[in-house]
Amino acid sequence: MLGLSLDQLRADMNRLLAILFHQGVLDEQFLQLQQLQDESSPNFVSEVVNIYFHESEKLLRNLRALLVDRELSDYKKMGIHLNQLMGSSSSIGAQRVRNVCIAFRAASDHNNRPGCLRALELLEYEYCYLKNKLHELFQIEQQRMLAAAVRYPAPQQHLNNPQG
Amino acid sequence: MGLAAAEAQFHVLAVDDSSIDRKLIEMLLKKTSYHVTTVDSGSKALEFLGWNEGNSDEAFFSPKNNQEVEVNLIITDYCMPGMTGYDLLKKIKESAVLRDIPVVIMSSENVPSRINRCLEEGAEEFFLKPVRLADVNKLKPHIMKTKGKETQNHENQDNDKEIAETEIQSQSQQQQTPQSNPKRKSMDEGLSPDRTRPRYNNGLTVMSN
Repeated sequence: MLGLSLDQLRADMNRLLAILFHQGVLDEQFLQLQQLQDESSPNFVSEVVNIYFHESEKLLRNLRALLVDRELSDYKKMGIHLNQLMGSSSSIGAQRVRNVCIAFRAASDHNNRPGCLRALELLEYEYCYLKNKLHELFQIEQQRMLAAAVRYPAPQQHLNNPQG
Repeated sequence: MGLAAAEAQFHVLAVDDSSIDRKLIEMLLKKTSYHVTTVDSGSKALEFLGWNEGNSDEAFFSPKNNQEVEVNLIITDYCMPGMTGYDLLKKIKESAVLRDIPVVIMSSENVPSRINRCLEEGAEEFFLKPVRLADVNKLKPHIMKTKGKETQNHENQDNDKEIAETEIQSQSQQQQTPQSNPKRKSMDEGLSPDRTRPRYNNGLTVMSN
């Protein structure tokens, strides 16, 4: 793992990001998050994303619980959860998740249970995909930081030298 | 309130029920060198500001820590359970003690009637979410407006507003970045490209007496 060069890791990260942007999984807002990260808050992006994961999983569980009840589906509550998920997805740049929320909300507005079930399946899928990819991204980032620390072992040296 | 040197840091109170958005706005504001306090509801915001429920009488105005809590700007989400950002805005503008604090509203939805209502009630700006650094950079003139104030006199307020207006004019010429980003929400409803109403609209609200 440490055998990988900084350049290689950087290329891997950029490639992964490019794919995610191309697929529409992430949008420009994610870049905004990265730009906010700096030496005083070096883990900003992963902190925000971890809050997002935590919240989203709760919301997804709630949505599933609401839909499982065949007798009485509380569409209004679903709408509230969806608005929350939409908002937070938009805030971190999770474009595809957000778009599925919009479709889901349309179905719930029409009390369309089959439509909601389909949307929920898709939502869970998109969320899983996003989570896996972001974990991958953070892993590469961690490797990069490790590799940079090994390359520049002396504490006074700057980690952001013309290379990494 | 002996205002000391202009070097004193500005203090912004951010109100949002979403923990992600709170973290985001906090970071954005810190990046712009503001001291930030975040709360998750309108009622907590009022509490922080020292406003006691059912008592807008200034005699009962007691800041949370029994110290002067100076807040230079309040930025709040619109959609919150319980007290909405609009309700909070109204309460602030109705309070003799709080009404001079500039208020900015944020919302994830582009609803012109909502935007107009907030601006008419006295909000300085209305930001569409997700809020960007470019938006936060627009806050300075509003904050400077209250920081420079020495009296509560309406006439002085008028002068300050005029000065602030010219400051904003020149600042916006310097700072305004072209918002040609295709991701930006459309302004088909006729609002200006920088997503806020022109400032002339604010003249109506402050002089409500």
